[in-house]
Amino acid sequence: MTPVLQARELGKRYGRRWALRDCTLEIPKGHVTGLVGPNGAGKTTLLKLAAGQLTPSEGDLRVLGEEPESILSRVGFVAQDTPVYAGLSVGDHLTLGARLNPTWDARLAEDRIAQLGLDPRQKARRLSGGERAQLALTLGLAKRPELLILDEPVASLDPLARREFLQGLMEATAADEFGVVLSSHLVADLERVCDFLVVLVDSRVQVAGEVDELLGTHHRLTGPRRDPDRLPSNQYVVSARHTDRQSTYVIRTDEPILDPAWVVTPLTLEDLVLAYMERRPAAGRRAGLEALR
Amino acid sequence: MIWLTWRQFRGSAVMTAAVVAVCAGVLALTGPGLADHYAQGLADCVADDTCDRFFDLFFDEYQLLFVLVGFVLLALPAFIGLFWGAPLITRELESGTHLLAWSQGVGRVRWLAVKLGFIGLIAVGMACVAGLVVTWWSRPLDGSAVPELAQMTPLVFGARGVVPMGYAAFAFVLGVTVGMLVRRTLPAMALTLVVFVAVQVAMPTLVRPHFMAPVTTTHELGRANMGGLHIQQGGGEVRVSVELAVPGEGGAWVLSSRLLDPSGKVVPADGQETPVSVSGTSGPCSPQGGGGGGPDACWAEINGLGYRQQAVYHPIERFWPFQWIETGIYAALTLGLTWFSFWLIRRRLS
Repeated sequence: MTPVLQARELGKRYGRRWALRDCTLEIPKGHVTGLVGPNGAGKTTLLKLAAGQLTPSEGDLRVLGEEPESILSRVGFVAQDTPVYAGLSVGDHLTLGARLNPTWDARLAEDRIAQLGLDPRQKARRLSGGERAQLALTLGLAKRPELLILDEPVASLDPLARREFLQGLMEATAADEFGVVLSSHLVADLERVCDFLVVLVDSRVQVAGEVDELLGTHHRLTGPRRDPDRLPSNQYVVSARHTDRQSTYVIRTDEPILDPAWVVTPLTLEDLVLAYMERRPAAGRRAGLEALR
Repeated sequence: MIWLTWRQFRGSAVMTAAVVAVCAGVLALTGPGLADHYAQGLADCVADDTCDRFFDLFFDEYQLLFVLVGFVLLALPAFIGLFWGAPLITRELESGTHLLAWSQGVGRVRWLAVKLGFIGLIAVGMACVAGLVVTWWSRPLDGSAVPELAQMTPLVFGARGVVPMGYAAFAFVLGVTVGMLVRRTLPAMALTLVVFVAVQVAMPTLVRPHFMAPVTTTHELGRANMGGLHIQQGGGEVRVSVELAVPGEGGAWVLSSRLLDPSGKVVPADGQETPVSVSGTSGPCSPQGGGGGGPDACWAEINGLGYRQQAVYHPIERFWPFQWIETGIYAALTLGLTWFSFWLIRRRLS
């Protein structure tokens, strides 16, 4: 099966500055994928490249097995802050979608607008943040994409609007078979809807995998202070924290943990993401530990 | 995509079209009267050979309107560049709506092509109508204008014929391109204005005089080209200036007008005026001499001594060739900028 998204050493440069560099990633079909990472990690650039709105400076990117810019009609994109035309009415936006898209589901769009209780004659500038986001989502859904990409769709919404938005997205994915990739810096949002997770830090993919599998293979070990070199070779250290007497590791392993010295606790998705996000200065931290001994 | 472009643009299009229509209406109503007045006056003056006087009176009467119409037409392209061109892309970039359009199955290139092509055509069409209406309306005035506002002179030339189309197309694409580089509406508008005005000033001062080699001719001094005459108190040095006008070449664009001495050498000008070696104490140029012939007699004396005017100018016959050359240059600039804007949208923008 062709992956939804496949990137190889992908890079995008603006002038001399690299917004994304050396990014290699594969997202298989049939998932709601969460893309998470700190600000400036390259999430937006990656999603814009995938939506065919930017041309890569280097590397290779396939979406649904094709060049992203050649399949604009098969990929939906809801940009950051869910932009809509302030001067156009809700109805105008639906006309716009119908005019611009070769595959437009007018029924779906109208039903959704009615269900949301939006007045088609209302100007978009009068909509609340949540309604605006829902309108942008409707435009993305009604083009019946095979892949829908959403860039921080709920970042500026209040908790209630956020839940309603994600609910709407969930219902849509349940009703139709299409892939979703959405980014957020809030893991709690992703936890609710995603079954596949990608952590991006400094344009590098730190980890990518199904959420259940990630949660099943990552553990927190707490116990007497121990050097990472003395952990079994099948335990991959994600993060380490030490006090004078105690060590806390987040590790990834497929094997059971046998050492009775460790207290093993499961991780939440948020812990897991944070462990990977903290990894950047890990090398420096280890050097500091070395110096302490 | 055309629907969306029109939907976004129709407000300002209708407003501008209304303003242009009102102006065109005013001109259409006054135009025939103006032409009749001119034809009538011309018929009368030919009979008793007072046409110079008639031209002066006629032009004086309408000079204010004439200048005003010219300025409005010169300002129209700048307006288009500022208010149609510059915000066209920046407004979308500022609100992020370009991403909405691009996500609805419209490629970046087609999006820009429709916006540029559709609104650019409206801009050019509007400038075309305005230019031709003004050219038609001002025909009688161009026939009688003072040399400073002759039809070939920079300010008038730019407000006639087909060049307004070139200006409008250029200003519009300039605004769009600057907007794509600057990405914010107000700075883009300011920069567009500065660049456009700079080009509009550079064109007549640096480029247009060289479209063709100017004509250099020598003329006797007479009514058409004599300017100021200054005789020092108590009879001394006589200084004269020659007008930027060529006898028998109405509507010409005079680049320079100098005085030649009897040996055919250029008399170096001293500021505005040129000293002439003619007696200011006796003869026609002395304050009390010449039987009261006044300045005309003095000019005749200077002319009789062999002083001549050397004029360098572009005659009115070159009006249409110059119009097409200049429109062509602006069209080429427009195409270059268009190409650049497509390059930008492929490489840089988003």
